[in-house]
Amino acid sequence: MGSYIPSTPAERQEMLKAVGLSDYRELYRDVPEQMYLDQPLNIPAGMSELEVSRAVSAMAARNKVFGTILRGAGAYDHYIPSIVKYIPAKEEFLTAYTPYQAEMSQGVLQSIFEYQTMICELTGMDVSNASVYDGATAAAEAAAMCRDRKRKVTLISAAAHPDTINTVRTYCYGTGDELRIVPAKDGKTDLEALKEMLTPDVASFYVQQPNFNGIFEDAAALGEAVHAAGAMYIMGCNPIALAITKTPRDCGADIAVGEAQPLGMPVSYGGPYLGYMATITKHMRKLPGRIVGETVDSKGERAFVLSLQAREQHIRREKASSNICSNQALCALTAGLYMATMGPNGMAEAARQSMAKAHYLAAGLTAIPGISMKYVGEYFDEFVVEMPKADEALKALEDAGILGGLPVEGGVLWCATEKAAKSELDRAIAIVKEVCAG
Amino acid sequence: MNYPAELKYSKSHEWVKMDGDVAVIGISDFAQDALGDVVFINLPAEGDEVTAGESFGDVESVKAVSDLICPVSGVICAVNEELLDAPEKLNQGAYDAWIIKVENITDQEELLDAAAYEAFCAEEG
Amino acid sequence: MKLIFEKSAPGRALSLLPPCDVELVALPEELVRETAPALPEMSETDISRHYTELNKNVHGVNCGFYPLGSCTMKYNPRIDEEMAALPGFTQVHPLAPAYATEGCREVLETASKYLCEIFGMDACTFQPAAGAHGEFTGILLIKQYHDARGEGAKRTKIIVPDSAHGTNPATANMCGYQVVNIPSAPNGCVDLEALKAVLGEDTAGLMLTNPNTVGIFDENILEITRLVHEAGGLCYYDGANLNAVMGVVRPGDMGFDCIHSNLHKTFATPHGGGGPGAGAVGCKAHLMPYLPKSAMMGGEGIQVRSFAGNFLVVVKALTYIMTLGQEGIPEAAKNAVLNANYLMRKIQGTFEPAFDRTCMHEFVLDLSGFKKETGVSALDVAKSLIDYGMHPPTMYFPLIVHEALMLEPTETESRETLDWAADVFRQLYELAHKDPEFMHNAPHNAQIGRPDEVRAARTPILRYQKAEA
Repeated sequence: MGSYIPSTPAERQEMLKAVGLSDYRELYRDVPEQMYLDQPLNIPAGMSELEVSRAVSAMAARNKVFGTILRGAGAYDHYIPSIVKYIPAKEEFLTAYTPYQAEMSQGVLQSIFEYQTMICELTGMDVSNASVYDGATAAAEAAAMCRDRKRKVTLISAAAHPDTINTVRTYCYGTGDELRIVPAKDGKTDLEALKEMLTPDVASFYVQQPNFNGIFEDAAALGEAVHAAGAMYIMGCNPIALAITKTPRDCGADIAVGEAQPLGMPVSYGGPYLGYMATITKHMRKLPGRIVGETVDSKGERAFVLSLQAREQHIRREKASSNICSNQALCALTAGLYMATMGPNGMAEAARQSMAKAHYLAAGLTAIPGISMKYVGEYFDEFVVEMPKADEALKALEDAGILGGLPVEGGVLWCATEKAAKSELDRAIAIVKEVCAG
Repeated sequence: MNYPAELKYSKSHEWVKMDGDVAVIGISDFAQDALGDVVFINLPAEGDEVTAGESFGDVESVKAVSDLICPVSGVICAVNEELLDAPEKLNQGAYDAWIIKVENITDQEELLDAAAYEAFCAEEG
Repeated sequence: MKLIFEKSAPGRALSLLPPCDVELVALPEELVRETAPALPEMSETDISRHYTELNKNVHGVNCGFYPLGSCTMKYNPRIDEEMAALPGFTQVHPLAPAYATEGCREVLETASKYLCEIFGMDACTFQPAAGAHGEFTGILLIKQYHDARGEGAKRTKIIVPDSAHGTNPATANMCGYQVVNIPSAPNGCVDLEALKAVLGEDTAGLMLTNPNTVGIFDENILEITRLVHEAGGLCYYDGANLNAVMGVVRPGDMGFDCIHSNLHKTFATPHGGGGPGAGAVGCKAHLMPYLPKSAMMGGEGIQVRSFAGNFLVVVKALTYIMTLGQEGIPEAAKNAVLNANYLMRKIQGTFEPAFDRTCMHEFVLDLSGFKKETGVSALDVAKSLIDYGMHPPTMYFPLIVHEALMLEPTETESRETLDWAADVFRQLYELAHKDPEFMHNAPHNAQIGRPDEVRAARTPILRYQKAEA
């Protein structure tokens, strides 16, 4: 069996003796006899490293890995530069705790401060926190941040990611507040319906940009309507798209959030991912989560610390509106490293190529008789088509090592990123064509 | 520690000065000392109704947050917004740094005079 | 050291992507970003050196002793990392068809089966991404249970001992509950009379850590959970301290209805400087229908995060559990407890434990007498430890002990390390009596001196701004 305990059996006996005890049972003298386990756990015996490596690798081998992924819907397969994979594996970054002791955590603190700066640059907002669990929880935390005694209702667009909607709904269930879904029309948020739903008890409205259907929303117009009703405007933006598209700040957002998995994290069956969260100065002290600030040390030198802690649960306890007390630090480090590695031009290039590949794929697919775009709006790297024999076509693609689009209500949601070469897209189009023509 | 005789005090460490029909409210020297360096204050808005014994905001130090408890019931007619940018004024002079002014007073907590409050603090401290 | 932005030079870049092999598409004018984000422009050498320099200014478990109480900073095995980095896991899309993700589901199902056995529970979810997130999920299970029975409106209170982690009351608040704090008995355990006094028809549940935050196993635990159940409430187990008892006694057998476990503490997955962790939540059968699901992955019900949670963290925890296995799990717990008692007794005689009795996996030192004597505070001692390359213990927690330092050595430290740590504490005890001023100013050889936290909070600088030219 495996063990990471350094002390030898002889040393353990000496240590027991040193604390005046004769056996381990005495250490647990407060545990009532009736619940002290007298039989072994019903789990397999421990293993050597080689055995466990074989066993877990066998589980990984039961998955099918697709060489080409043309599916997004909340998890995006972008190219990850080699250095972005290696640096976060350094043991110090990997094994440190939350940087409570600033004097021995400047590396973590500075990496978060740099991440916060980059998120502000990307979103145009003033203040970013150190990150939260993922894009869905970032949206839920943002909505919670907007609710107060007078305004308790949260609005969310029906064109947002279903997991985001359901997570926001769950957080609202927790506090006993109401969530209302603003309907979509032609694949986009229905602005007129939104205007009618913006009653005086509405705290905030959340829209995803581009939305779950891949389409760009009229974000500025939605924001104007929200502000006219005195509510707060939350935008959930794809961070790769932000390299070239209007920022949430430009669109009037009070809070910008989103799923930052595309910034250097593999799809990994759903996690770990990274929720980014940024706001304007006015709402700085309502922002949940860790925030790193710059100050000086006792010698007057620049230093970084966890700051504005009076917002947080360990001080505010039952008056805290969020219980979050960690961030996804290693993922934030990865995202910062990714943005620094790509640079502003590399980020923009990844965004332009993703958009170009998606449009090339859409053109190829819709050239096949019977396949057409479901919606008319401008889109980024995802789009929905209506197609016959979708299941059959997707199966044929999978057999060829290609994970095709995701079947959604009324069509198939496709995604292409800079990672897909033209030859891969051509092959996918040809396979779909063969099935649909047959 | 300073306990000006012309003020009244609550057991939650706010001071009150009656200015005609208006109650001027702040936190005591004892309170600011116990909190340490005040870094931020959450203020209510003008026109908000306040109730005696209930919170109307809070003050934050680096490691603590403390509710501001209103000693009177009424309507807030002025808020010292200077404190938003300079919360350190609460440390520099607790009795100069008023926080809110309340009018239309309908009720008030039992308040202590300076001597009684000083004795109360001595017991707490 | 310089910020990455201060090392940036315009025009520097890596060659990462080939030229676009399809026609570029113009973004409509109204969607175009006006100015590019001011992200760093770097060479790969610059990036490598920058992050290596940052990494040098981090103290990880691999660097040295890390007795941060309540955080279980045990060694993080490399094999766990290697398994989680397998392309067979990292390259799997969460929405790939079921037949293509059998391996991922095997990981989740196996981990769930083993953890249920360790917890004494019937079902488990991995959707919560951290301990606090697990707490939120657990209390939502309780809320749904009462709602389904039509008792949601009357059961409005969650009972939390005053020794609890701050997340407990914050969690109850996020779930719409009124928090009832109850005082601890003098031994740090639940005061049964205080508990009885607050139990009633309005009780939704109790949140409890056992062993508690002062490192003591509550011997009345069965009576506590019985009383709560009798009042119609449910019991939530905060698994922050599970490392003391895994394989020795099970929360389910203590009478708890649900539990969260921090996989990044008890099951050795790395903390990553603050995350990603994973908060597995286990529950008894009567709460099973209320576990969270992913809307996208075909589930119905509450949901606390997208998809299936921090999957790769579960791979690491499973690798760890399989390595230790049936014998290794209780062995780890027992030696964590032994190490804590050994260190406590070694330090005793200088700094005194708050409770002079056998502890579980952690113990609390009470420095209030020492401070009166020398003027040196728990903070001064903590900061002085940094100069010895030791990460300070948890400071000023739990709140019921003044001048508290909470130490949790874990089972992965050798006797030599514990002897060395005790010796460092003894040296500091002596130093405090000779030169308290020196300790007020500690650390002396760290990355930075003590930071000015008041300045940071009063005039927040939360991002880099390029200086005006």
